[in-house]
Amino acid sequence: MPSAFWGKFLEPHRLRRETGGSMAKHPFHDVAIVGVHNTQQARMLEGHDSRSITLEAGLGAVADAGLTPLDIDGVVGVHGADFIYQARIGPVWRSMSQLGIPALLEASAAIATGLASVVLVSAGSAGIYTERTSTAPWTRPTNEFVVSYGMFTAAEFALIARRHMHMHGTKPEALAHVAATIRNNGHVNPEAVYFGRGPFTAQDVLDSRMVADPYHLLDCAMTAEGGCALVLARADIAKDLAKDPVYVLGGNTDHYGPSYQHPPAFELGGRRDPKFINGYAGRRASQMAFAMAGCAPTDVDVCEFYDPFSFEIIRQFEAFGFCGEGEGGDFVMDGTIEIDGRFPITTDGGLMSFSHGGATVQLLQRVIRATQQVRGECATQQVPDVEIALASGGGAGALFNDVMLLGASQA
Amino acid sequence: MTQLIPQTGNIPRPFASIVSQPYWDACARGELMFQRCAACNGITHTPAVMCAHCSARDLAWERAAGTGAVYSWTTVWRPQTPDFTVPYTAVVIDMDEGWQMLSNLIGCEHDAATIGMRVAVEFHPITDGVMLPYFRPVA
Repeated sequence: MPSAFWGKFLEPHRLRRETGGSMAKHPFHDVAIVGVHNTQQARMLEGHDSRSITLEAGLGAVADAGLTPLDIDGVVGVHGADFIYQARIGPVWRSMSQLGIPALLEASAAIATGLASVVLVSAGSAGIYTERTSTAPWTRPTNEFVVSYGMFTAAEFALIARRHMHMHGTKPEALAHVAATIRNNGHVNPEAVYFGRGPFTAQDVLDSRMVADPYHLLDCAMTAEGGCALVLARADIAKDLAKDPVYVLGGNTDHYGPSYQHPPAFELGGRRDPKFINGYAGRRASQMAFAMAGCAPTDVDVCEFYDPFSFEIIRQFEAFGFCGEGEGGDFVMDGTIEIDGRFPITTDGGLMSFSHGGATVQLLQRVIRATQQVRGECATQQVPDVEIALASGGGAGALFNDVMLLGASQA
Repeated sequence: MTQLIPQTGNIPRPFASIVSQPYWDACARGELMFQRCAACNGITHTPAVMCAHCSARDLAWERAAGTGAVYSWTTVWRPQTPDFTVPYTAVVIDMDEGWQMLSNLIGCEHDAATIGMRVAVEFHPITDGVMLPYFRPVA
C-alpha cells in the first residue's frame, strides 16, 4: 500500500491532470537502453587496469545491442575519451559525467535533445585497491573534518542508520534480514563474486564480526573489481536492434553536498521543503521520476535498490514512498523483499554479493540488472513479467541518492 | 571492555583550507570555534564561505562552549587505516549553541555511547602535533 504521504502527493498522472492532460510526454521517453554488459567481476581482476576493463565493458555493451563502435555517436565515462580514440569513432559528443545514474540521465538528455543518438556509458576499476590493511581508497576521502576521526563509508552510513534505529526502533534483525536476502540472491547467481557462499540467515549476519556498529561485516557491501557499460539509443533506433528496448520512464538525482566531508545528519537539508531531508535522500528524485513516468510505487515490479549497507534498503523503501517513515523495518520483514514477494530487491546479489566493482562501477550495475529484469533474461532470480523496474544509486551516508525508472513499454 | 582513548599512532592529519585555517588555529590554542552569521545570527559548521541559513557572506568566528550531546554514534572495529587503534567511537555531536560536528568519543567504555549523552570537548595532539578536538562524557 502506498503511504498516506503518497496518496496526497503521487497519484498516477498527477502532473498530466494538473496541466489538463496536455503535458507532452517527457523527452526521456524517446530514449531506451539497448545494450548492457558486465565484464567478469572479481575481488581482484588479474591482467587488467581500470582503463582496459572499462574498454572491454564498452565493447561488450555495444555487442549486446547488436551494434559496432561506429554506431556510437556519444560517449560518457571516465575512460570515454580512450574509447573514442582507440575505436577511432571521433568526432562524437562526449560528457565528463562519471557517476552512475546521473551519467545515464545525462546520456538520455543528450539523446532527447539531439546532441547524440546512440550513447555509450561505461565504467571500470581494477588495480586501485592495493593497501588491503586499510579500507578501500574510494571509501576514505582525506577531508580535514573526517580523516583524523577514522571515518570511512561504513562509519558514515552507520551514523545515519543509528538515527533511524533511535527514532523508530528499527531493529538489527531487520537490517540483517535485508542483508541475508540480498546475499542469497547472489549465492545462486553464477556471475556473482560471492556465488555459492551462502545461503545466509539473518542470524549469520548478526553473528558476523562488527565493522562499524550497527553494521556487521555481512551488512556491508564488498569491495571488488570489474567493468560495466550500457548503450542508450533514440527510441526509433532502439526498435530495430538485437534486444527488446528497455525504455527510460523517468529519473532524477538528489544530492546534498560532497560525500564524506561533513557530519552525516539525517536532518541535513530540507530548507526548501522539510520533507526532503538527507535521511530521505531520493524522495524528491523518486517523486519526480514517478511523475515523469505517470506511475507510482505500487506499479513497480522489481526494486533494484543500491545496497551499500543493509539499512539503506529500508531507508529507500521509506524515501521512495513504498511505506511510511519509520515503517521500513517492519515492511521488509513481511516477505515483501524476497524474490517471490511483492517488491523483490537487488536480485543479482547487489553490492553485497554480486559486485562492488570499484569506485563508481556499482553505481551503474543496479540499472544493468533492472534492464535485464525488464528484458526477462536473468538466468537466476528472474521476476516474472516485469513491466516496470526501479533502480537506484547512492545513499544517505554519502549525501546523495539517484533513481531511474525503466519499463518494457514506452511511457 | 575497552577504554576509549585518543589515537596515539601516526594517523592521517587534517590539512586546513584557506577558509578553515582559523578553526585549526583555534584548536591549537585549545579553543573550539564556529562561524556565526552577522546577518541572521545563524551558525555554520563545517567552516564555509557562506551562511548555511541565509547564504550571507558575513560570517564571524566565535568561541564555542565546547559542550553538547551525542546525536549519533558508531563504534568502529575495522580501522580506516592500520594506524588507528580499534575500537574507536565516531560521534556526531549536537553542540549547545545549535550546530553539529563530527568527532571521536574518549574517556568511557567502547559500548558506553548513547544518543543524548552529555559530552565536552578536549584537545589532544595527534600526528605532527596537530591538536584534534575529542569529546568526553560529562555529568
